[in-house]
Amino acid sequence: MILGRVCGAIHSTINHQFYDNRRILLVDRLGLDGKPSGDYIIAIDSVDAGAGETVLVIDEGNSARQIVKDDMAPLRSIIIGIVDDVEVPEL
Amino acid sequence: MRLGRVIGTVTPCVVCDGLEGVPMLIVQPLDKRKNPVDSPIVAADSTRMAAPGELIYYESIREAALALDPWFVPVNDAIIGIVDDVHYFDLEET
Repeated sequence: MILGRVCGAIHSTINHQFYDNRRILLVDRLGLDGKPSGDYIIAIDSVDAGAGETVLVIDEGNSARQIVKDDMAPLRSIIIGIVDDVEVPEL
Repeated sequence: MRLGRVIGTVTPCVVCDGLEGVPMLIVQPLDKRKNPVDSPIVAADSTRMAAPGELIYYESIREAALALDPWFVPVNDAIIGIVDDVHYFDLEET
């Protein structure tokens, strides 16, 4: 899974029917320091994540299809959680 | 999924079965701010409506094949949808 930050939303009318009336969000990949690492991913939302929130993103097809309960969904990235706190103790 | 811009079309005369009639478009991968990154790829168009110049989002590997019908086709990248607008939340760019 990936730590991400919701940084944008994509509005699209012409798309694969699975993506009709689903929230498609632009997510920055975060480093452990909580700062964007420069990479991004487009994921659909399943937990009503808001702008700027730190989220947990699954980036694997089978898990994503299990969540949306659709074996034929062309889906790989889905937001499955909103993160309250990330703690990385100094080892 | 990632953002891309359609920059051309590819018209194959011979394709393996299952891919007949599937539009093949040249897509330039983009970063979050729509700047070109990496080298262009050829993607199958599941919407069958994308044209050169349009901003799209595409999926890769197995999910690309799932976007097409019939789905069990040898495709590496597929255009999932055409972007009308990318709305950036104005977070402080750290």
